[in-house]
Parts: sequence; structure tokens; C-alpha cells
Amino acid sequence: MIRIPCPFCGPRDHAEFSYGGDGSITYPALDAPLEAWHDAVFLRVNICGRQVETWQHVHGCRLWLKVERDTMSHEIYSVTPADPALAKVLEGGE
Amino acid sequence: MTRFSGWNVLWQGMTGQKGWSRQWRDPQPKSHYDVIIVGGGLHGLATAYYLASNHGIRNIAVLEKSWLGGGNAGRNTTIVRSNYARPGNREFYEHSLKLWENLSHDLNYNVMFSQRSHIALLHSPGAIDGAARNYNTMRLTGTPDAEIWDLDRLKQAVPHLNYAPDARFPIMGAAVQTRAGTARHDAVAWGYARAADQLGVDIVQNCGVTGIVREAGRITALETPRGRITAGKIGFSVAGNTSRLWTMAGLGRLPIESHKLQAFVSEPLKPLLDQVVVFGMGGSHFYISQSDKGGMVFGGDLDWYKSYAQRGNLPIVQDVAEAAMSVMPCLGRVKLLRHWAGVVDMSMDGSHFICRTPLDNLYLNTGWNYGGFKASPASGWWFADLIANDRPAPMIANFDLKRFERGLQIDERGAGPDPKLHG
Ligand SMILES: Cc1cc2nc3c(=O)[nH]c(=O)nc-3n(C[C@H](O)[C@H](O)[C@H](O)COP(=O)(O)OP(=O)(O)OC[C@H]3O[C@@H](n4cnc5c(N)ncnc54)[C@H](O)[C@@H]3O)c2cc1C
Ligand SMILES: [Zn+2]
Repeated sequence: MIRIPCPFCGPRDHAEFSYGGDGSITYPALDAPLEAWHDAVFLRVNICGRQVETWQHVHGCRLWLKVERDTMSHEIYSVTPADPALAKVLEGGE
Repeated sequence: MTRFSGWNVLWQGMTGQKGWSRQWRDPQPKSHYDVIIVGGGLHGLATAYYLASNHGIRNIAVLEKSWLGGGNAGRNTTIVRSNYARPGNREFYEHSLKLWENLSHDLNYNVMFSQRSHIALLHSPGAIDGAARNYNTMRLTGTPDAEIWDLDRLKQAVPHLNYAPDARFPIMGAAVQTRAGTARHDAVAWGYARAADQLGVDIVQNCGVTGIVREAGRITALETPRGRITAGKIGFSVAGNTSRLWTMAGLGRLPIESHKLQAFVSEPLKPLLDQVVVFGMGGSHFYISQSDKGGMVFGGDLDWYKSYAQRGNLPIVQDVAEAAMSVMPCLGRVKLLRHWAGVVDMSMDGSHFICRTPLDNLYLNTGWNYGGFKASPASGWWFADLIANDRPAPMIANFDLKRFERGLQIDERGAGPDPKLHG
């Protein structure tokens, strides 16, 4: 079982979370060219090692989180709220 | 190498089993081959065999980083079927099933292919209608043995399922393919290896590709711990590790992700289940058959998060156990013998790729998700055809990396572009 330290709820088993997918993808603007959408929807780097991904704490605070995890060792390096504004507040910024 | 025959088995039995020779050589890799297949799983070995037998190419090597058949080839739940409904998949898997039907003879190796029926349970009138539509399409297009069974017929054939009206998911009927079944996965790997070796193919184990030398649009050499090897043409067939090799070759992104899938086997039991039974409802998924040794072989869904590690997790053990109890409550006191995981290449639409690549002499075979065991013969057949003739045959025309750009998704499950959802 992977333990994910949720910034709001503390460390919890990964079974409490739902896996979102590759967190390195930024979806293009709605009117961006088709190729940009094709790449974002269908193509993946598929890293073996440290990757950024999204998880939702469905059985806890229900927030979407950005998790930095090793896809081979399953070690977790960092967990922050996926919403940048919320992440900033937690860091003690504005 | 000794040819297997009834006479030979009898003779060896009378002379102490001392006359068998080794099944394939253990050659030193040469410095050059006409074709190199990277990956000694079933798809790689089958490709090498058909390159030699169908296309007369003899200077071939299969490079395998560990031991032959140690990847998904030896980790799957061995289900073989061709009940696919989408155009493209339908013809492809039916061709594969036809090859399975003669494989033991073709390879002179008993792969223990057992056509014991594949039974998919149906739990609602809508599911029965959907299955009837798919199975009628199959019957009309060359898969003759697709049937819809009512409850009475199912109860007779498979008495041990939970037919109670208060079952968690009451059973209403089943979609059945009678020519489908199972095969012994190790035997298939060994059979292809032996038959390919006999045709001169070098099968080189403990020889992983660790580097790729490129010049403009070609691969000029492969680096391995056993030296640098050059080749006219190169085929990648490495299941869950494709992206790592792709990156090594300096190529960009692919429409696949690596996920892991677990499987289970119980202690051996007396004969209990004659067929392959599959159950899928909502988020629950379960498939089970009984091996010839008596073990109940079963599995469920992916672990739901991306992984390159060949080890599983406990939440899935619980999921699968729950599904097992709702379908076959009689398994409740059966002990688990082993449980393991394999890394599979999950594609964006649940279908595979057998295609050319941006590099002139590199060919790609990937994206088998967790259903590629049944595909092994046809996959090897058509990948060999592609490599030998440098053009996709109509059978694999749409299994290229550009199909999404053309707006085509061969999405058997209708799950959309999310790899973890394609089973
Ligand atoms: C638990 C489980 C259950 C399954 N059940 C079924 C089923 O019931 N029915 C079905 O049809 N399919 C099933 N599958 C899917 C099926 O097993 C795979 O789709 C199929 O085996 C893929 O074949 P392959 O030859 O591509 O892969 P593999 O057998 O994994 O072969 C790839 C090989 O490449 C080697 N390799 C990797 N990197 C390198 C490198 N750099 N250099 C050299 N070699 C390298 C690996 O060591 C490996 O041996 C299941 C899979 C799993 C994991
Ligand atoms: Zn939380």
C-alpha cells in the first residue's frame, strides 16, 4: 500500500484516493489547433522514475492533489494541492 | 534437436528419458543480423519464427534482457478468445484463434490449447441486448461460434455460480464463445523459441538493449552488455517497457502508459470449473479458469495507477476476492497459493500498434494492454509480414501510431482515451 501524505488530512492509504493521471499535461486553449489537442489527449512521455501526477482524495477532503511519485519504487517526494492558488496559500504566501 | 512424436515419447520412456537434447541453443550474439527483434516475450518469439518460416529470412536474433518468457508471457491468465466486435480487432483476433487451433502441430510442441469456452456473464436486459448485437455481428463476419445463452443453459453448463435472486449481481444469461479457452503460456514461449531456433534464429537471453546508436533517420547499432550489434531492420516488442526504448532511440511521446496487472492462483482443487468465466459490473471485474493442475487461475482489474514495478498491491487483492465471492461463493475457503504482477503497455484506445515508426529501419509492436496473450500468433504473423515487406497489410492498416490524428479510435470498451480504463 502506498501512503500519500495529504496536506489537509495527513498520511493516508492510497486506497482512499482516486488516480487522475499524468499531471505534467496542460490542456491547450479551447481554440488551439487540433494537433495541440491531439498531443495533450493522446501522447505520454510515460516516465519510468520520478513523475508528476494527479490524485483525488475521494474518501477524505475530496481535493485534487499533485503528487510527485517514482513509478518504479512508488516513493512519494511531494504532495501539493492541484489548485495553484491553494498551494500558494499553504506555502504561507498570499 | 529431437522431434516430438508419440513414438519418440514411448522410446524415451523405455530408455530412461536420457536421449532428449536441449530445446534451443544458447548462442553468442553475432556482430550483425538482418533483423533483430528486441524482447523475448511471445510476440517477439512468434515474430522471429514467422520471419523465418513465412518469409525465409534466416539471419535473425531475438534479444531478451532477462530470461525467455519471464515478462508478461509467463505472467498472464492464459485466456484465448476472438470475441471482439470492432472492425479491425474482429478479423485480427479471429485470425489469431485460427492459428491457435493448429499451433501445437505447427510448432511440433504441445501448447495445451484447450477450447473449453469463454463465458461472459450478463446481468441486465440491456447487457444481453448489447452482447446480442456484438455477437450477431461476429457471427455475420466470420466468427461462427458466438452464442447467447439463457439462464437454464448456463446453469447446466456451469453449476457453481451464484444464481440466487439476492446475489449482489443476479445473473440473467451469458455471452459465450465455444472455440475460446486457455493454453499453457510457458509452453507457447518454449514452442516458438524451439521452432525459431530450429530455423536458425539466435535467441540471446541476458542481453538487454541498453543503448541505441542513431544516424539521422536510422538506427545504426544497438548497445548490449554483450557488445554492440548492428542490424538491417529492428523490431521493438517489449510490452510495458516500450517507452523506455523509445526514449533511448531519441523519439518523442507515445499513446501508451505502463500499468501493472495482478493475477492469482489457488491451491489445486478437484475439477470444479470446465470453462473460462468472466464477470464485469460497474467497477468490478473478475475472470477465472481452472488449470490442468487444478489451480484456480484468476484476476481482475489493473492497480489503477501507473507503475513499472512488477509487484502488486493489497487493495486489488481485496477487490478480486470480493468479486470472486459474489460470483462463486464456493471459493470462500480456498487458499491462495501465489499472486504476482506484470507490467503492461496500456494504449489510449485499448487497441494495439503494429506499425512502422519515424525511423526507417525501426518497426513497432506494442499496446497490447492486458489482452495480448491471445494475440501472440497473429501479432507475430503480421509483425513479421510488416518487417519483411515494409508495408502494412490491410489486416493491420489501422494499427498505426497516427490513427488518433485521423480521428479513429478502436475502442472495444468505449472507455475513451484513458489507459487505466482499458481491460
Ligand atoms: C497478470 C496478467 C494477466 C494477463 N492475462 C491475459 C489473458 O488472460 N489473456 C490475454 O490474451 N492476455 C493476457 N495478458 C496480457 C499478455 O500477457 C500480454 O499482452 C502479452 O504477453 C504481451 O506480449 P509481449 O511479448 O509483448 O510481452 P512480454 O512477454 O512481456 O515480452 C517482452 C519482453 O521484453 C523484454 N525486454 C524489456 N526491455 C528490454 C530491453 N531493453 N532489451 C531486451 N529485452 C527487453 C522483457 O524482459 C520481456 O521478456 C495478461 C497480462 C498480465 C500481466
Ligand atoms: Zn485529504
